[in-house]
Amino acid sequence: MDSVFLIKSLIILGIFALSLGIAAYETYFERVIAAFIQDRVGPDRAGPFGLLQPLADAGKLFFKEDFIPTLADKWLFILGPSLAMLTALMTSAVIPFGDSILYDGHEILVQGIEVNIGILWVFGVVSLGVYGILIGGWASNNKYSLYGAIRAASQNISYELAMGLSIIAVLMMSGSLSLRTIVEEQHGMNWNVFYQPLGFIIFLTCSFAECNRTPFDLPESENELVAGYHTEYGSMKLGLFLFSEYVNMFISSAVIATLFFGGFNYPGMDWVYSALTSKMGEVTGHNLATLVGTLVFFGKIAFFIFVYMWVRWTLPRFRYDQLMDLGWKGLIPLAVVNMIITAAAELSNQPLLVNWIGLGVFIALLYAGSALMKSKKTSV
Amino acid sequence: MISNLPQDFSPILVQFLLALGFVIFTIIITHVLGPRLKSKQKEDPFECGIESEGDARTPLSVRYFLIAILFVLFDVEIIFMYPWAVNFKSLGWFGFIEMLTFVAFLMAGFYYIVKKGVLDWERD
Repeated sequence: MDSVFLIKSLIILGIFALSLGIAAYETYFERVIAAFIQDRVGPDRAGPFGLLQPLADAGKLFFKEDFIPTLADKWLFILGPSLAMLTALMTSAVIPFGDSILYDGHEILVQGIEVNIGILWVFGVVSLGVYGILIGGWASNNKYSLYGAIRAASQNISYELAMGLSIIAVLMMSGSLSLRTIVEEQHGMNWNVFYQPLGFIIFLTCSFAECNRTPFDLPESENELVAGYHTEYGSMKLGLFLFSEYVNMFISSAVIATLFFGGFNYPGMDWVYSALTSKMGEVTGHNLATLVGTLVFFGKIAFFIFVYMWVRWTLPRFRYDQLMDLGWKGLIPLAVVNMIITAAAELSNQPLLVNWIGLGVFIALLYAGSALMKSKKTSV
Repeated sequence: MISNLPQDFSPILVQFLLALGFVIFTIIITHVLGPRLKSKQKEDPFECGIESEGDARTPLSVRYFLIAILFVLFDVEIIFMYPWAVNFKSLGWFGFIEMLTFVAFLMAGFYYIVKKGVLDWERD
């Protein structure tokens, strides 16, 4: 039992270090991709290809003045970024990063904790993250910060509704809240995204909003609110806010890959598994197959992180009322429709076919409805 | 092997301590490393070039509070659907019809909110 716990702790330490490392290098790749999209050079001074840039940035932030404004609420001012970072780092515990490791006759899952509430844990911890921003913005005692914080809070809670509804459709397919069960249901190429194209789009949009990323970065929109909720922050307290955003991006990419793109499953995985176990022996082969699955999973995560950056440098920012309209009047009804279609599809014997037919019928109805509305308007 | 007992959650303590350690370490180190230069102007709340007026303990638009209340309402309704979704396949068509009724009531309330104009941000 002790060695199992030790290995589990090592896995957690590994995931922890990886999420910090990936978050640090996301800042680098964000600049590289921005430079690529805008046809300029990007960071290339610190180290070869500018690879040491994240370290230089972190070093700079550490040596800045740790500053607390006189009007600010001192302890809450410190608590804000700490809470944002803490919750960002806690989410990764339930995500299955790989199959399992065979060691000393024990089968150890490559996952922090395997519990039957998986996705609820993610939700719970992510919604606590809002408190970090809200407390930080309120404690700054600056109007820009306050508005940024209030916007962040009401945006996050609005998009959480549609997000929760779009996950229900996935839960209906797997019949479990455990992320590992959801992944195992998608063995090989049987990914949920083929059954849930609409659900995936809703979830992706909501995760953009939950991470406060462009086009939903109203809480820190620099041309109206200076810097939003972190206007008064400096040194590594600002660093924690920014860093937690990048950690959240990594985690939400991992959740998207888990829920809709099969996690560590990939086409041909059974062939790879049998080839490795027959060549290398039962234990080594199994562990190597797990490693391949984990690498595939990180490939998927990297792709979604790229999507985040691609969208950021492609789409302009929403206006606040447009953002709220999209969240409440657009995504919530869509998610309900998606849920009903999935329910009917799951009860019929042809889930894939009925899902797509249902979606087609819905789009046709929507199109006909809007045409009807238009003709009515023009006749009056 | 998977039993969902409280001790299954014990590795989470490791992660919590790691995260807490990282945050406390960062906050303390940055406090120690940075310089400290005091000045009256710097410690005022930030304002774009003009003197800052008052503090930020001001009233806010009531819409934010409405959104928060609606969120609590709808989130509770959505949480009701989670157990249904997990047991969905065993409930069959009966469960489907029942949930359709529930969703119909929910969407009726939603329609009322939209028509009432609670979500119209451009209107004052």
